Amino acid sequence: MRFTKDHEWVSLDGDVATIGITAYAAEQLGDVVFVETPEVGKSVTAGEGLAVVESVKAASDVYAPVTGEVLEANAALAEAPETVNQAPEAEGWFAKVKIADASAYEALMDRAAYDAFLETL
Amino acid sequence: MSDETLKHTPLYAAHLEAGARMVPFAGYAMPVQYRDGVLKEHLWTREHAGLFDVSHMGQARLRGVSPLSAFEEVTPGDFIGLKPGKQRYSVLLNKKGGIIDDLMAGRPDDDGLFVVVNGACKENDFKVIDAELAGQVRIDRLEDRALMALQGPKAAQVLAIHAPDAAKLAFMETAALQAFGVDAIISRSGYTGEDGYEISVPGEAALRIWNTLLADERVRPIGLGARDSLRLEAGLPLYGHDLDETVSPIEAGLGFAVSKKRRDARDFPGASRIAAELAGDVTRKAVGLKVEGAPAREGAEIADAEGKVVGVVTSGGFSPTLGYPIALGFVPPALAAAGTELKVIVRGRAQAAQVVATPFVAHRYVRKV
Repeated sequence: MRFTKDHEWVSLDGDVATIGITAYAAEQLGDVVFVETPEVGKSVTAGEGLAVVESVKAASDVYAPVTGEVLEANAALAEAPETVNQAPEAEGWFAKVKIADASAYEALMDRAAYDAFLETL
Repeated sequence: MSDETLKHTPLYAAHLEAGARMVPFAGYAMPVQYRDGVLKEHLWTREHAGLFDVSHMGQARLRGVSPLSAFEEVTPGDFIGLKPGKQRYSVLLNKKGGIIDDLMAGRPDDDGLFVVVNGACKENDFKVIDAELAGQVRIDRLEDRALMALQGPKAAQVLAIHAPDAAKLAFMETAALQAFGVDAIISRSGYTGEDGYEISVPGEAALRIWNTLLADERVRPIGLGARDSLRLEAGLPLYGHDLDETVSPIEAGLGFAVSKKRRDARDFPGASRIAAELAGDVTRKAVGLKVEGAPAREGAEIADAEGKVVGVVTSGGFSPTLGYPIALGFVPPALAAAGTELKVIVRGRAQAAQVVATPFVAHRYVRKV
């Protein structure tokens, strides 16, 4: 699993990247009440908007950590957005993206680097 | 504004100790939520009792020969007819009938008028009142007093333990009395739609009283996040969002704050505009919306069934009590009837929205005790 400074996580299986937000981000957001996931087939670019996650208070953008094409969105979040709080780095994933370039994934922070980054916040 | 310049209420240390997330609000560092988070705090207040620090709000006494009649020069309310022990909701109006601020003004005793105004507006409000009523009233600001709100269905039972006389007040009654061992000013009112009280106490006693109330297991501290979602469900406008200097009380659905006597007399700022609006010449009305899909937040456009933009959302979010998004916004009067099908534009997409009556969640005020 790799991480961004915007608190997204990515796990890579072959050329398919699964993307979500970290436990830290979910804790900061508070209770998630709505998730807007991307449409299948959409092209996403690293650093640009991938999804929107809403708490009672506010809407927050989730950025694509990698560039690729959306293969699948987590449809279960429509009925159960609280999954993002309950299992942010597992069942609370947002989208699966087919990536062309795995080196962009490798360039992201690993768990130790992300934990060190959290210590600086 | 940097953190260093933010003011602290007398309860600042208690908020930090309770795990609050502090945010800048109206020039103060205020708790937006505690450890429970907005959703749980909201539901706790609806089911039990929530305690809010609202010491950032502006408290003052208006004193003078006849402060009640003087106050009618800047508001459309019947203050000459305000009896001791009563309080009214009112609005401070500019010359064009726009709302400078909304406020509570009461007579907890015979010592003039006790007013509570919004924190973000207080400097300007008191400047305006001072300028308009110079020579008639003296404004004695009560900056050494804290203000807390105890809100929810258990509020009366909790307050009765500490201040039995105050607990017996009815909705919109107010009293200056001894409670918690100090000179308190307590009204049965609030900003959540629930039964409850607003409690003004000397700042130096605030922390002790706050902790005394929180020692009751029915009471939890509630942040500004839930205060906002609670007042939205109650259909209560928030100044700077649903109300501003261009909005009249008629447009805002606050016609009840323009008293019958004053409507007839037309002797308040902006009376000609407000009379015309009461006669039907109004271009926008505040409505409640039940939204399907993503929450429509402040600034989201409202469109008619054909997709033409007709208005704007002024406050919106997810309703924890109802489990779906709700919003307040302005639309033309022809589209303001309950049941009207509209759209809200969220991130470029049109979503269904229906005009519904407010409050979204029924008020539970205790009018007779």
